[in-house]
Amino acid sequence: MALTQHDIDKEIAAERDAYEQRVAGGAPVEHHPDRGYAPYRSSVLRHPKRPPVGIDVTKDPELVELSSPAWGERDITELDNDLTRQHRGEPVGERITVEGRLLDREGRPVRGQLVEIWQANSAGRYAHQREQHDAPLDPNFTGAGRTLTDDHGFYRFTTIQPGPYPWRNHTNAWRPAHIHFSVFGRSFTQRLVTQMYFPNDPLFPYDPILHAVTDQAARDRLVAAYDHNLSVPEFSLGYRWDIVLDGPSATWMEEGR
Amino acid sequence: MTDIATTDTHGAEAVLPTPSQTVGPFYGYALPIPDGGNIAPVGHPDTVTVHGHVYDGEGNPLPDALVELWGAAPDGSVPTATGSMRRDPASGGFVGRNGLEFTGWGRIQTDADGHWVARTLRPGARGGGAPYLAVCVFARGLLMHLFTRIYLPGDDAALAADPVLSQVEEGRRSTLVAEEQAPATYRFDIRLQGENETVFLEYQ
Ligand SMILES: [Fe+2]
Repeated sequence: MALTQHDIDKEIAAERDAYEQRVAGGAPVEHHPDRGYAPYRSSVLRHPKRPPVGIDVTKDPELVELSSPAWGERDITELDNDLTRQHRGEPVGERITVEGRLLDREGRPVRGQLVEIWQANSAGRYAHQREQHDAPLDPNFTGAGRTLTDDHGFYRFTTIQPGPYPWRNHTNAWRPAHIHFSVFGRSFTQRLVTQMYFPNDPLFPYDPILHAVTDQAARDRLVAAYDHNLSVPEFSLGYRWDIVLDGPSATWMEEGR
Repeated sequence: MTDIATTDTHGAEAVLPTPSQTVGPFYGYALPIPDGGNIAPVGHPDTVTVHGHVYDGEGNPLPDALVELWGAAPDGSVPTATGSMRRDPASGGFVGRNGLEFTGWGRIQTDADGHWVARTLRPGARGGGAPYLAVCVFARGLLMHLFTRIYLPGDDAALAADPVLSQVEEGRRSTLVAEEQAPATYRFDIRLQGENETVFLEYQ
């Protein structure tokens, strides 16, 4: 009765085959998940069934959605991007440095924007009250941080390698290790919440959330690259992950920040 | 693996986007901010209260949805003040808004009843449209955020002439217009699916 991994594997394969057939038939590449992707069971009652109403932003450059809230130095402290220094002691686990650029679809850096992250600790446990996984909490690790992108669009975090964790989508469901990201762009239309994964995770084939991105190349863009040049000697391993915001933006011309 | 470049080097499509993923169930200790819904400067005469529930396809409220609002100032200008979440270097916590400046942006997590409340300034009109608040909704189970708009009732002529509302079939327009419950108090429910499903927007 309970859903098995095998059941979910079959659904994932069916969704992938259907997507490949669509593309072979001339349909466009799908960069984002279908909100109705059923192998991720929580989506079933939480996605609209009516098609969205399209807004052509070129018809009205005054739309408030073509601008975005402003962030400044007072919204951030210097320690906010170092998740290993939020408590008195050192968190348990492998220290990592995660760095990348925030870009728009034209490849231009997106400056001065808010990047927020949250993650499980090295044992795969979130510091969240509703978390049911009985892996140990780490009193020296909360797992939330934030930063603003610099003048070249770079963000950088120091944190701990998160552990994989079980969840209840189906029997023996495990999430690959990941860091959640929330990112603002120059326009509200570019808003993005996503997850960064680590290279060569053996759990990739089994995870319906990752596979909700049915396009293989798009899925690969959710995986950071190990970058030895980012590793800090005697301190941390480095991962590089660039983020490209989708959605129209009208404000490149006036971008002076 | 992070090779974002170029299957197509002709201009706009040169860099491929990072896919969206669900906000999941555990953002609650990371994203919500103190005074996230108290966007209006304290005591401002143009303050409006906007609130509602977020419902799933069976009409059950979502206790784990996150609503973000972004709106123009009463004169129609785009807010440029920083300080939506001010951080405190001494404690490592949030100081919150200063109660004086209007940043135009707010973030509210629904409570256990699936209810959210925001106090913000009545948005002014921009361009040719009726005034509205832009909304972005996140939730566990939602693989990509949803955009919608909250239009405030009152000026029927402006609503009738609004270029976005007029694209929406007549029977569904009311899902985008808040209900006035008391002076300056409006209710706006978000129905992710099913009967009276909210109209969601896609910017192109
Ligand atoms: Fe997670």
